[in-house]
Amino acid sequence: MKRTFTCIVCPNGCEIDAEYEGANVLSVTGNLCPKGKAYVTQELVDPRRTIASSIRVEGGTLPLTSVRLTSAIPKDRIFDVMKEINAQSVAAPTHIGDVVIRDVLGLGSDVIITKNVDRA
Amino acid sequence: MTHRQAVIVGGGPAGLAAALRLKEKGVSDILILEREKLLGGILRQCIHDGFGLTRFGESLSGPEYAQRFIDRVEEAGIESITDCTVLDVSADKVVTAVSRAHGLMQIQADAVLLTMGCRERTRGALATPGTRPAGIYTAGVAQNYINLQNIMVGKEIVILGSGDIGLIMARRMTLEGAHVKGVYEVQPYPSGLPRNIEQCLNDYGIPLHLSHTVVDIRGRERLTSVVVAQCDERFRPIPGTEEEIPCDTLILSVGLIPENELSLAATVALDPRTRGAFVDEHCQTSVPGIFAAGNVLHVHDLVDFVSLEAEALAAGAAEYLLTGSLPACPLEVKAGQGIGHVIPQHISGTRDFTLSLRVRQPMNSVSIVVRQGTQEVLRKKMRKALPAEMVQLPVKVARLTTTADMEVYVE
Repeated sequence: MKRTFTCIVCPNGCEIDAEYEGANVLSVTGNLCPKGKAYVTQELVDPRRTIASSIRVEGGTLPLTSVRLTSAIPKDRIFDVMKEINAQSVAAPTHIGDVVIRDVLGLGSDVIITKNVDRA
Repeated sequence: MTHRQAVIVGGGPAGLAAALRLKEKGVSDILILEREKLLGGILRQCIHDGFGLTRFGESLSGPEYAQRFIDRVEEAGIESITDCTVLDVSADKVVTAVSRAHGLMQIQADAVLLTMGCRERTRGALATPGTRPAGIYTAGVAQNYINLQNIMVGKEIVILGSGDIGLIMARRMTLEGAHVKGVYEVQPYPSGLPRNIEQCLNDYGIPLHLSHTVVDIRGRERLTSVVVAQCDERFRPIPGTEEEIPCDTLILSVGLIPENELSLAATVALDPRTRGAFVDEHCQTSVPGIFAAGNVLHVHDLVDFVSLEAEALAAGAAEYLLTGSLPACPLEVKAGQGIGHVIPQHISGTRDFTLSLRVRQPMNSVSIVVRQGTQEVLRKKMRKALPAEMVQLPVKVARLTTTADMEVYVE
C-alpha cells in the first residue's frame, strides 16, 4: 500500500511518501529526519494527537486559564478528553505546569495549566 | 520630558526578546511600553501547542513560551508599562504615550525599537458584498473571545481564507462544540502551513475548498448564510458556481498586515512588498536609531524566528547605543524572480548576515539563488518551496567578492 503523509511533528511539515503492509512500514521518502518515519509508523497503528483548551478560573484576573496535554492521546479519544477538561474549574491563582487532571482517562497523559492567572 | 536609552514599543515576543538581549549587551536603561494589561502580545491567546520547537526543543503553548521571556525580563529588572498606548514616535525619537497610571508621557529615547506586531485584514479590505449582520469575525478576534474572554462566537461556522490562525480556530471551535462547515480559499493553494491543514482540518474532517471565495453575505441582525463560488485563476468568481451555505458565523483568515502607523509617523520608509520598514542587517530602519523586528517588519509563521530576529535587532541597537554608530549598509538586496520579499533590504558587505524571504507561489524542486553582480554567492536547493513558509539563508561575508548590489531569485 502507498500513502502520502504530512508530518505534523515540527514546522517543516514534511510530505512523506510511505509504502507499507498493514502496520509494517516498508519505505519512507521525503522526511528530513527520523521522526518522520516514527510518525508514519505511529500514524498507521495508533494515530495520536495533543490538544489544548481552557478551563474556568474562579476569582482570577481573567475568566479562563489555558491547559494542554503533556503527551499525545489516541485521536479517537480527543472528544472524551475534552469532556473531562470542560468539567474542570480552578481557583485563582493558576501556575504554569500545575496538573489539573493526572493521567486523564487512564491515557497516560496529564492535563496541565499553561497560563499564570493572578487573583483578582 | 524624561530620557531613556531605549524605548521598546510593544511587549510581545519581539519586544521581550529584544529587551533581554539589549540588557545582556550592556544597555541598562530600557523601557517597554505595552498596550494590553499584560505582557506577552498575541501569544496570550495562542493556547495551542507547537511553539518553541526550535528555540527550546519542546512543544509549548503560546502563553508558556511568552512566560519564559516575561520571567526573565522581570528577573533582569527591565521596566515595563502596560495598559499604555503609544500615540506618536517622532523622527528625532521622542515617544509620546498615555496610560491611566502615568497620564501623558513624553520620552526622549536614544534608540526606539518598533515591535508592534501586525493586524488582521478585515472584511472591509475584501469588499465582500452583502448585508452587515453580527457574526463576522477575524480569526484573531474569535480566538481572543474564545480563549481569553470565555465567549463562544457561534455554532454553524464558515471560514474564509486558509491562514494559520483560521486553521487553528477551525480546530478550536470544533473542540468547543461548533460545526465548522468548510474553509474557502481564493488561491489555488492553502496559505497556512501543511501541518496545520493536516492536524486542524483533516483530523476533524473539515473540508478545504481551494479557488473559492465568499461572494455574498446574508442576514439582517445575525448572519444567516453566505454564498460561496468557485474562482478562476485571476480570482474572479465563476458565474453559475454559486452555492448558498446556511451559517451563523463567518471567520475571516485572509492575511496579516504589519502595524506601521507609528513607523510612518516617525518618517520610517516602508517596503511595499512587506508593508514593513526597509531595514539593514542591524534591523535599523531608514531613520537612524529607530529599529524594527518581528511581525511589524514582516509577517512570520513561527514565533521562534520572531525571537531570533528581535535578538539580532538588539545586537544592532546595543552597538548603536554603546558606540554611537553602526557600520554603513550601502549594498542593496533585491527580491528577484519568484521571491515575494526579502529582509534585510540593505547590508554592509563587511559582516555575516541572514536573509529572510518568502517565495511567491508553491514550487517543487527549485533553487533559491543569491547573486552579487555576475557572481553566485549562495544556492539553496529545495524539494518544495511554499509561500506559507519563511525561508532563512545565513550568508558568510567571505562569500562576497565585490561591492555590487545583490539579488535573490528562484531558479
